[in-house]
Amino acid sequence: MTKILSETGSGKTIHTVSGITVRLCGDSGDGMQLLGTQLTNTSALAGNDVATFPDFPAEIRAPRGTRAGVSGFQLQFASEEIFTPGDLLDALVVMNPAALVTNIGDLRKGGILIANEDGFNDKEFKLAKLDSNPLEGDILEQSYRVFKVPMTRLTRDAVSELGLSNKEAERCKNFFAMGLVYWLFGRSLEPTLRFINDKFGKKLPEVARANEAALRAGWAYGETTEAFGLSYQVEAAHLEPGTYRNIMGNQALAWGLLAAASLSGKELFYSTYPITPASDILHELTRFKNFGVRTFQAEDEIAACGAAIGAAFGGGMGVTASSGPGIALKAEAMGLGVMLELPMVVINVQRGGPSTGLPTKTEQSDLLQAMFCRNGEAPLPILAPRSPGDCFAVAIEAWRIAVECMTPVMILSDGYIANGSEPWKIPDLTHFPRINITHPTDSGAAGGPFMPYARDENLARPWAIPGTPDLMHRVGGLEKEDRTGNISYDPANHQHMVNTRARKIDEIAERVAPQDVYGKTSGDILLVSWGGTYGACHTAVRQCQKAGLSISHAHLRYLNPMPSNIGELLKSFKTVLVAELNSGQLRMLLRAKYLVDCVGINKVQGKPFTVHELVDQIKAHALPHQAEAVHHKAG
Amino acid sequence: MSLPVLKAADFASTQEVRWCPGCGDYSILAQMKKVLPEIGVPREKIVFISGIGCSSRFPYYMNTYGMHSIHGRAPTFATGLKSTRPDLMVWVITGDGDALSIGGNHFIHVLRRNLDINIVLFNNRIYGLTKGQYSPTSVQGQVTKSTPMGAIDHPLNPLSIALGAEATFVARSIDAHVTHLGETLKRAAEHKGTSLVEVYQNCNVFNDGAMAYAQEKGQRSENVVELEHGKPLIFGRERDKGIRLVGSHLEVVSLADTPVDDLLIHDEKDPNPAIQMMLARMRHPDMPEPIGVLRAVSGVPTYDEQINQQVQLAKTQRGLGDLQTLISSGDTWVVN
Repeated sequence: MTKILSETGSGKTIHTVSGITVRLCGDSGDGMQLLGTQLTNTSALAGNDVATFPDFPAEIRAPRGTRAGVSGFQLQFASEEIFTPGDLLDALVVMNPAALVTNIGDLRKGGILIANEDGFNDKEFKLAKLDSNPLEGDILEQSYRVFKVPMTRLTRDAVSELGLSNKEAERCKNFFAMGLVYWLFGRSLEPTLRFINDKFGKKLPEVARANEAALRAGWAYGETTEAFGLSYQVEAAHLEPGTYRNIMGNQALAWGLLAAASLSGKELFYSTYPITPASDILHELTRFKNFGVRTFQAEDEIAACGAAIGAAFGGGMGVTASSGPGIALKAEAMGLGVMLELPMVVINVQRGGPSTGLPTKTEQSDLLQAMFCRNGEAPLPILAPRSPGDCFAVAIEAWRIAVECMTPVMILSDGYIANGSEPWKIPDLTHFPRINITHPTDSGAAGGPFMPYARDENLARPWAIPGTPDLMHRVGGLEKEDRTGNISYDPANHQHMVNTRARKIDEIAERVAPQDVYGKTSGDILLVSWGGTYGACHTAVRQCQKAGLSISHAHLRYLNPMPSNIGELLKSFKTVLVAELNSGQLRMLLRAKYLVDCVGINKVQGKPFTVHELVDQIKAHALPHQAEAVHHKAG
Repeated sequence: MSLPVLKAADFASTQEVRWCPGCGDYSILAQMKKVLPEIGVPREKIVFISGIGCSSRFPYYMNTYGMHSIHGRAPTFATGLKSTRPDLMVWVITGDGDALSIGGNHFIHVLRRNLDINIVLFNNRIYGLTKGQYSPTSVQGQVTKSTPMGAIDHPLNPLSIALGAEATFVARSIDAHVTHLGETLKRAAEHKGTSLVEVYQNCNVFNDGAMAYAQEKGQRSENVVELEHGKPLIFGRERDKGIRLVGSHLEVVSLADTPVDDLLIHDEKDPNPAIQMMLARMRHPDMPEPIGVLRAVSGVPTYDEQINQQVQLAKTQRGLGDLQTLISSGDTWVVN
């Protein structure tokens, strides 16, 4: 943190710093997610680069006050470009003892701890399984700058004139906390005041007034209380010029699907079954019926996938989404999609597995499922967005490939980017190339009977749709005869069709851009990563490059097929590290396909990588190369 | 411009039919080809979707659009298709294992949604394609390859399930009773909403004669009562027996000592499925089994109609969505 000191009129000191990482934690009913979202939007509007990481329990109302019930929201806002929500915390806000004990380990030495003192009582200690008050004594003070604020009482006082019940009054305490945090980091109250008015102003005016009063009281508390002598300021970041908004991953996926539909002249049919963390895509899309969106909440995951294929058979844009367990159920229908050679997008917002696993936590452990979960040899393209905003472009690209190759395409998002957010430069949609789709109206130049399994230069078959006279044809899961599509048990034909379906997917690699590399295209170390770990991996590589290591970064968007230059790239480095939030799934694919002995950096804890753990691992792997360099010099 | 007049042969695809000789499926295929020209929907506007099983080969033999999908899931493909293409006439062809066992969930949900499609359920009370295991409609005690000591499960009754889901059209017919079958398929096609036709279909290889009491001409009139809307329930070779409602159950009476006026008058249009359910529960040999239309309730909105109406309404009320406006809405800021 760079620090520039200045003084305010009230005699308080302001530090200007380049970035702040803060985590807001409380019970899952304490409104921490709302607080986090508001601070994010306000910081983004202030021109900071921001990155967020909401972290909440799977239970809607987990047992109150317990460690399992703690809900947290972490964000980093900065005056420079950032790619992660930060590692160690500069500030931690806790509303109860459970939140304190489960999060204090991430607060850096000398960091700020703000605790709602009123949330620390015998009942809460018992719920958090504590023998004593962790705020008592000066143990915390030895490591951190501790502020104990009686937020519940101060909130009650602030709204006392509004005639709310005690319970209603206390519910506003997250806005008090918000006001205090806003003061501490020099944030404007305006965007949140606007939010309060929009959300409650008309329907619940007394709630709006109470929340506003609590917000202002929190701010005033920071401004007037002597304990808070110092506040922080983060200047606007130097982002690429343009108009920006804040965007979450699931929202960007939903909007990307809308864009893909529009670019291809189709109306979206989105069929799905509720599952964490994918449901928000449904919630978002179902609002846009005036865009021609039809959403279908099916009776189960299988039905959701079947309906998307049914829509595709009729010429529609069928999309289904789920998370790992639901994808397992869709597998047979996806295989049919591969066999029918109909376009479709399947989204997997990955979460911790196996089985029900960790529904609200992030993981990248479904890559091999995406590759191989279908029976028989049923390859399909797989794409992974790297950040919340990138989900928009990936959704468009997935649909483009689906229709160009007449194939289901899978998108591997994850819980981290689905719920995370970042500033997003609003694109000019007129700059996106159109996605051309033709539905044949006759059997082709040669005349004769219609050949539903004839192929074009992309090996795609014609997308003839019901309603077209003379092109009546039958498709099905049984093996097809080449060209005619009739049922065929002929051995040579089966070999040909298996080969052709594989080649169709493999050849996509020749039409996508080669893999780009951050850094030199050869050297000691190449860090390979994919999907939602981009931010942490990119930041770690930058730090290691600054530290003088010979390291480059290749972040894959196309996981199947991989870009055509990947093999050569892997062989241009002495060491290939593969960082992923699983036990080595991409590594297995790279080793199998390119015979390069990649080394894994793996983590399966339901949490994203931190930058420092990646840097530590990279540095450990760099030691032999450095020793070698020394040896060469000495020699 | 007059539309070309099509014949049954125009609905035959070029594919060789590969059911076992003597299979009841042939009769259903023949009746379908005969009925479709009478309905007058152009071939290219018709789609047959099936699951897995002997019956599910059906789409390959029709010169229309078709999809032979995966086991039990045909209603799901039909739902996606009909919701996005309400202009098409969609038929689901399924069997007792396909619809009631592996696909039971989809079967009840498509019925309760009242998607405007027609489902023909070929019920032969056996798994044919997998060579002779018992099915969810096999009778208790039935000895099959997978039940050497007799099936112990209580069989499902597809009509009861459909009525339980309050399907708007529920009917039964018999493969060998070709005129009745043709008429029932036609009524199903004309119904707006999900129509279910259960067809008693003989599997002459693995379950031959299981429903002979209803299929064979000599036995049928004693064991089957043909339902007609607004008419009393009369059956028997001499039409000398009837069905009477007594309290909350049905009983067989002889017309020799019971006046026709005392008999139950069939009401297929009654929105309350209670009496229709009583009819569905009449099982051989205790009672004659009903064939014909048990239930045909009109005026219930269909799923496909409503999903499209909501889209139209949203477009009318809010105007056609503009994506550039959407992504530029809310809190934004400019970086220079």
